[in-house]
Amino acid sequence: MRVLMFGWEFPPHIAGGLGTACYGIVKGLAYNGVDTIFVMPSASGDEDQSVAKIINASDVAVDTVSTTVDEFLNRVKFVHIGTNMVPYADPEEFSRLVEEDRQRQVKDFSISYGQKYKFSGKYGANLMEEVARYAMVGGTIAMQHRDEFDIIHAHDWLTYYAGIAAKELTGKPLVVHVHATSFDRGSADQIDSRVFAIEQRGMLAADKVVTVSDLTRNIVINKYGIDPSKVVTVHNAVDFSGRENLEIERGVKEKTVTFLGRITFQKGPEYFIEAAAKVLKRTKNVRFVMAGSGDMMNRAIRQAARLGITDRFHFTGFLRGMDVQKMFALSDVYVMPSVSEPFGISPLEAMRTGVPSIISKQSGAAEVLKYAFKVDFWDVDAMADDIYALLNYPALADFSAKMGYDEVNALKWNNATAKLKAVYQSVIK
Amino acid sequence: MAKKSVCLYFQVHQPTRLRLYRFFDIGKDSHYYDDFANRTILRRIAQKCYLPMNQLLLEAINKSGGKFKVAFSISGSALEQFERYAPDVLDSFRALAATGKVEFLGETYYHSLASLASESEFMHQVVKHSRKIEQLFGKAPVTFRNTELIYSDSIGAQVYNLGFKTMLTEGARHILGWKSPDYVYSCFSEPKLKLLLRNSSLSDDIAFRFSNRGWSDWPLTAEKFIGWIKESEGDIVNLFMDYETFGEHQSADSGIFDFMRALPEFILRDPSLEFVTPAEAVKKHKSVDTLEAFDPISWADEERDVTAWLGNELQQEAYNKVYAMTEKLSIVNDPMLWSDFGHLQESDHFYYMCTKYFSDGEVHKYFNPYDTPYEAFINYMNVISDFQIRLDEARAALDINDEIVKEEAPVKRKAVKKK
Repeated sequence: MRVLMFGWEFPPHIAGGLGTACYGIVKGLAYNGVDTIFVMPSASGDEDQSVAKIINASDVAVDTVSTTVDEFLNRVKFVHIGTNMVPYADPEEFSRLVEEDRQRQVKDFSISYGQKYKFSGKYGANLMEEVARYAMVGGTIAMQHRDEFDIIHAHDWLTYYAGIAAKELTGKPLVVHVHATSFDRGSADQIDSRVFAIEQRGMLAADKVVTVSDLTRNIVINKYGIDPSKVVTVHNAVDFSGRENLEIERGVKEKTVTFLGRITFQKGPEYFIEAAAKVLKRTKNVRFVMAGSGDMMNRAIRQAARLGITDRFHFTGFLRGMDVQKMFALSDVYVMPSVSEPFGISPLEAMRTGVPSIISKQSGAAEVLKYAFKVDFWDVDAMADDIYALLNYPALADFSAKMGYDEVNALKWNNATAKLKAVYQSVIK
Repeated sequence: MAKKSVCLYFQVHQPTRLRLYRFFDIGKDSHYYDDFANRTILRRIAQKCYLPMNQLLLEAINKSGGKFKVAFSISGSALEQFERYAPDVLDSFRALAATGKVEFLGETYYHSLASLASESEFMHQVVKHSRKIEQLFGKAPVTFRNTELIYSDSIGAQVYNLGFKTMLTEGARHILGWKSPDYVYSCFSEPKLKLLLRNSSLSDDIAFRFSNRGWSDWPLTAEKFIGWIKESEGDIVNLFMDYETFGEHQSADSGIFDFMRALPEFILRDPSLEFVTPAEAVKKHKSVDTLEAFDPISWADEERDVTAWLGNELQQEAYNKVYAMTEKLSIVNDPMLWSDFGHLQESDHFYYMCTKYFSDGEVHKYFNPYDTPYEAFINYMNVISDFQIRLDEARAALDINDEIVKEEAPVKRKAVKKK
């Protein structure tokens, strides 16, 4: 079986967890006898080519898509239209603006017809434009390689249009993979409607929708209105091969409780701080660390200062490379209090380092981790209780560390991708 | 008619800047200071300000036959940096002291906020500073100026009890009301303590506005400035400012040195004006009234209060955490810990955490090595955490030593028996 896969990033150059997950999936598929052509907007050449054939979309000239750009635009119906909507324009004026916009796009895309486009492959200001162009190049690639794959697989909204284009042009089945939804990126009233529209289009066009957890599956069904019978959960796994745990000499003698991740609304930093204050009221023999940065960081610092705990509650700022593993190695308890987390790989990393973890019930990881402690993100009393227990009852900490270590080592991509292969088989005619 | 006095006083201080101190350093590395930045900045300011300006003042004093006088307050932190990185600057201050026309004032050794926090810590630092000044310049201070001119009734009483007769503070409008800063006043709670108030308008004309081409009175000349001094109705005009004004805040090419060379000549040429030091000023002029200041005032920002250092929750948290250690420190009484404790109290660390970026943001940013107040706070608290560990260990060691003393005796006896 052969798959044409559209991703946005791939190790070693990654900005988020998506690239790491794609790598695990491609490797696992290879193990299960599935060959992958992996398309990404901007490859550097140092990606691992042994597990997949990597195609750099920046190297591909648009030529075989369709005879007219107009037709292509009609097929794929770009989000571009409507993004520059002018409020209070009357209907006539509005339709004129939309037509103008369409004309402009036809012009823009005509220029790129027969040319290459240098993608940044990042998450910058022109992301929407890159997404649209990626669809165009994606269609070209699909046509060029049309005899080399049986199914199309697209990861997250950035690649959905490319997946749709490939399906429309080749007639092969499409699987979209939901690693995160708009509802995990902002609170309900801050949803980016353009992104939501792309996500929904991708899910509707797909033959099967794969979600990383049942939590995400429910969101796909309820918020995007997708037919439950075509939504399948394949839980994430994690690839620890070739990783040794670090031995770090500790500077502080107190036990350390760690939060590691972006300090944003969805990650629930304020609940961690509240729980920390509660624990510190009962025991002084502990330090809390909030590692990472994000738009809620300054608020978090003020909150900790107000609670008067900052001699026991430390901020590290953004951690890079080895510092992340160092932080896990220095920790005694790991907490992931996410308000909304499609999966959440970080507790797996913590448990692999032998650190007992407390995770919110509102995370996908909670569905697979038996030996993690689970609390509602808002239940700071329960969170504080668990932290206190893990700090003070060594039997409990040792047990959960040991069991957790074995548990996460058993979460292999080879098993997850076997499930994914079955999904492929169900839609290939 | 009695001559009108002009009292020039310069504040010399350099903070002991902290290095980037990360969470990973806590408990492992107890060197907190950015020695490179401290040395580089001090050497730069020495070349641009301290050395040329000291030379200028020395020449002016000699030329005037001793009629030109000034006062300095040099923080202990700055003196330590001079000793370490710029002994030539210290020599030039000694040369000024030798003229007998320069008064050195007392302050808190570490340019700290101790006056607001702890009476004992305040006293400790004032005494430490007095000793240092006497040792370096041969005379113990008799006039006091608190960090950033922070003053209140109760601080005034403490200062008097420490043996000072005069104190400098800000002519803050909200405590003066209709009164003029250009007279000698006395402390409300301790009337024997005389107060000299900064004339903020005339002081800031030199310190802040001198090189501002957008200012309607630019360029400022000595003649013009003397005209303004003479216009004021009081007995004395107190010009108090940062010494770094000369050559650092106001660059040499603004003409600030020429202005300061001309100013004493023009003033001494005028029969109605004279220079005094703070100690002379209170002998010459009677106090006209008492001044009440229940809440602390300072010379900082539009508000002239202490919110530049203690205005937000970050600053208050850091301040509370630091001064909560005072008691344990006096039990441990370790010189290394005292020294770090002192440097960590420098008001600058709190100033860096200030979030008042609207009215006085420009000034704050100029003096701030951190990009954001949050970074300043995180870095500072990481250092404080390490310091706490050292303090707790030293405290625990005291207990263990006590036990060892008690337990060792029987062990020894046993050994003796065996023999």
